[in-house]
Amino acid sequence: MITLHVNGQPHDVDASPDTPLLWALRDVLGMTGTKFGCGIAQCGACTVHVDGQAVRSCQLSIGSVGDQAITTIEGIGSSDVGAKVQKAWLDLEVIQCGYCQSGQIMSAAALLAHKPHPTDEDIDAAMAGNICRCGTYVRIREAIKKATAA
Amino acid sequence: MEKIATSEISKLSRRALLQAGAAGILLLSFRLPQARAAGDTFAPNAFIRVGNDDVVTLVMPQVEMGQGIYTALAMILADELDANFDKVVLQHAPPDKAYNNPIFGVQATGGSTSVRAFWDPLRKAGASARGMLVEAAAQQWSVDPSTCRASNSEVIHDASGRKVGYGAVASLAATLKPVSDPKLKTLKDFTLVGRPVQRKDTPDKTNGKCQYGIDAMPAGVKFAVIAECPVFGGKVGHVDDAKAKAIKGVQQIVVLDDCVAVVGDTTWTAIRGLSALDITWNEGANANVDSAQIWEALRTASKGPGAVAKKVGDVDAAFAGGTHYEGVYELPFLAHATMEPLNCTLHYTKDACEVWTGTQVIGRVQEYVAKALDLPIEKVTVHNFYIGGGFGRRLEQDMAIKAARIAKEVDGPVKVMWRREEDTQHDVYRPVYHNAVSASVKDGKIVGWTHRITGSSVIVRWLPPAFKDGVDIDAVDGAADQPYGFPNLKVEYIRAEPPAVPTGFWRGVGPNNNFFTIESFIDEIAHREKVDPVAFRLRHLDGNPRLKAAIQLAAEKGNWGSTLSSPRMGRGISAQNAFGSFIATVCEAEVDESGEVRVHRLVAAVDTGIMVNPDTIVAQLEGGLIFGLTAALFGEITIENGRVQQSNFNDYRILRIDEAPKIEVHLIPSTEHPGGIGETGTTAAPPALCNALFAATGVRLTRLPIDRNALAGRKPA
Repeated sequence: MITLHVNGQPHDVDASPDTPLLWALRDVLGMTGTKFGCGIAQCGACTVHVDGQAVRSCQLSIGSVGDQAITTIEGIGSSDVGAKVQKAWLDLEVIQCGYCQSGQIMSAAALLAHKPHPTDEDIDAAMAGNICRCGTYVRIREAIKKATAA
Repeated sequence: MEKIATSEISKLSRRALLQAGAAGILLLSFRLPQARAAGDTFAPNAFIRVGNDDVVTLVMPQVEMGQGIYTALAMILADELDANFDKVVLQHAPPDKAYNNPIFGVQATGGSTSVRAFWDPLRKAGASARGMLVEAAAQQWSVDPSTCRASNSEVIHDASGRKVGYGAVASLAATLKPVSDPKLKTLKDFTLVGRPVQRKDTPDKTNGKCQYGIDAMPAGVKFAVIAECPVFGGKVGHVDDAKAKAIKGVQQIVVLDDCVAVVGDTTWTAIRGLSALDITWNEGANANVDSAQIWEALRTASKGPGAVAKKVGDVDAAFAGGTHYEGVYELPFLAHATMEPLNCTLHYTKDACEVWTGTQVIGRVQEYVAKALDLPIEKVTVHNFYIGGGFGRRLEQDMAIKAARIAKEVDGPVKVMWRREEDTQHDVYRPVYHNAVSASVKDGKIVGWTHRITGSSVIVRWLPPAFKDGVDIDAVDGAADQPYGFPNLKVEYIRAEPPAVPTGFWRGVGPNNNFFTIESFIDEIAHREKVDPVAFRLRHLDGNPRLKAAIQLAAEKGNWGSTLSSPRMGRGISAQNAFGSFIATVCEAEVDESGEVRVHRLVAAVDTGIMVNPDTIVAQLEGGLIFGLTAALFGEITIENGRVQQSNFNDYRILRIDEAPKIEVHLIPSTEHPGGIGETGTTAAPPALCNALFAATGVRLTRLPIDRNALAGRKPA
């Protein structure tokens, strides 16, 4: 049994230590907001925060997480920066199908937590790992800037 | 909104199914479905439910896959119904012919048809229901209904200052005769249509609450991943499962004739189990098929005579004299690469099956799952979901059929998922196309035009009655009805199915191919005639004022004719009318010494008729243009030894934010019937880009994806 600290709550997970955090969240804990896209850290749909850093949960085994704090899309709204990102996403109507947007929001929130006033280059560097097949990039960039100004 | 069909709607489904019988395909007129629900709910048609608790529920006949259609269709209904939009509740439609798309005669969402097809029927449905609610209130008050009005889910009698909520008159309204020809609002009376309205589906997409098919978690669900034969049409030979069975949590290995699935207690266990299987495939007849053969066969087929899709004037006379131009344009196979990989969750019991999936064709999923499981159709319940990208892939039911065959072998509910690699390699692909075009120019104008399109017909499989006299109406869409009104014209179609590779609809459908060809070729002719490409197009558009205006606006906003900041940059334009919309797009792109391309800016001008939710139209253009750029810059599926060579986002690339251009979309106000918008940007971007690359380098690209080698080392044009 492995204990994961997700969104401020401890959860006991009965799964092998090599299980990627993505599948423990989704299939064991039923927290389906974190998405599977590629399984090889190419698309960013599975992005969560581990001790405040954006990580691809498809590549992080639960055996290696230890007692680090995990934040998922279900919990990001309880931080100021997360709530600002969510609001900017809605104010600018960024979202289309939305499947990648959990990951986009998690990457954007991590960026703004570390760099409250990112340049376009900072945005490119932080967000280029997150694919959006609907092509919402123009609005993602604007929304990050709006969240900065909020 | 997560919960789907209520039992009341299910009752309606069965009844409507019985009444509808074998409805004809391509039913172009729309019969407003009539249905009364029992109890206190006012259910005047398939789309509207008013509870006596004042809750107005709107049932969505088209699926939400990002295009904002739930909000747009709800706006149309709520506007005519005078419902309080902030409080309406939306539901996914169950499988039922009452929700058939009037353009297809099938319960399907695609082809940028949703608003075009449902604009009139939903307005009538809303207005008719409003009329009945007003009538009910007037009866209650013993006043003339014409002295009452409706607003925000209330009926109001101004003379007496009385008001009543819709819920309070719902039961009485349900006893009234439907208003068959209700008075519709005029444009100026709309309170929602035409205004930017916050989407209904997006709040739950910011916090993880939104449920896609892949998120379905029926109690006790098990998780399966699938492996299909990597060679199209191949079968399972032998499976050695000893190592897989030894993995803790692997519960079952399902071996069917054409695929293998591992069932586990988590998706990860199933993936590990699948990786541990030793599968020998019988690769079958397609094991030697490769891209070179496919292209050769396509080009050979293109030489044959075509079925005539359109003939205008006297082409032979037009080509007697004048300056002649010829061109060949080709497009590759493409995968859909929806972010939500294929998946379907089912619970099969011996006499019934429950299905959870996101699909563009819920009726077909129900029908084909029933066939696969040998169940009566009414024993199959399908729950639809928000869709994590469709783009045509979920216009198919192959994934549901395969998942059903697996679920039949599993005790309890099972979620069957395709890993990204399997999703990429077992798609239905946008067909390869070959286009031969020629034009005759006299006195600076094109007087003769021929276009012969060779490629797979998706329609012949998907909507057989729409394939007539050898012509696929989708494959010639945009070509047969090309925008320029050439006085002498011949458009032909040759159906040529590629060996082995299954084909399907892909965002932009037929017009993708046809506008890449037309807009590249007309650009080429303009340059060779030494006429500015905008001016050259405009001189052919006196009969098409809406497209002419779009080109003029795009040229103005796109600074057409002004000097660019680098000699390595070029500016190109494309124009199209397809899907009922008129769009011109100006692209600025730069080519470096190595041939690498940077797209800097796209400016689009759009006349799509009456706009329901204008911001959604802008968003669809932005996203569609990016989708088209991805195809133009990177998109190609290639075949070797009967199998797809690409597998995941590392080798099937999608444009990323650091590669995305600035995009401006300018909307042209119109009072014409609403047009379609979801496909249009995808169709517009590739020719605009290639024309910009020509302007930058003098290299005319006639195939996609763009050939960087052809562009490399070129000096600025």
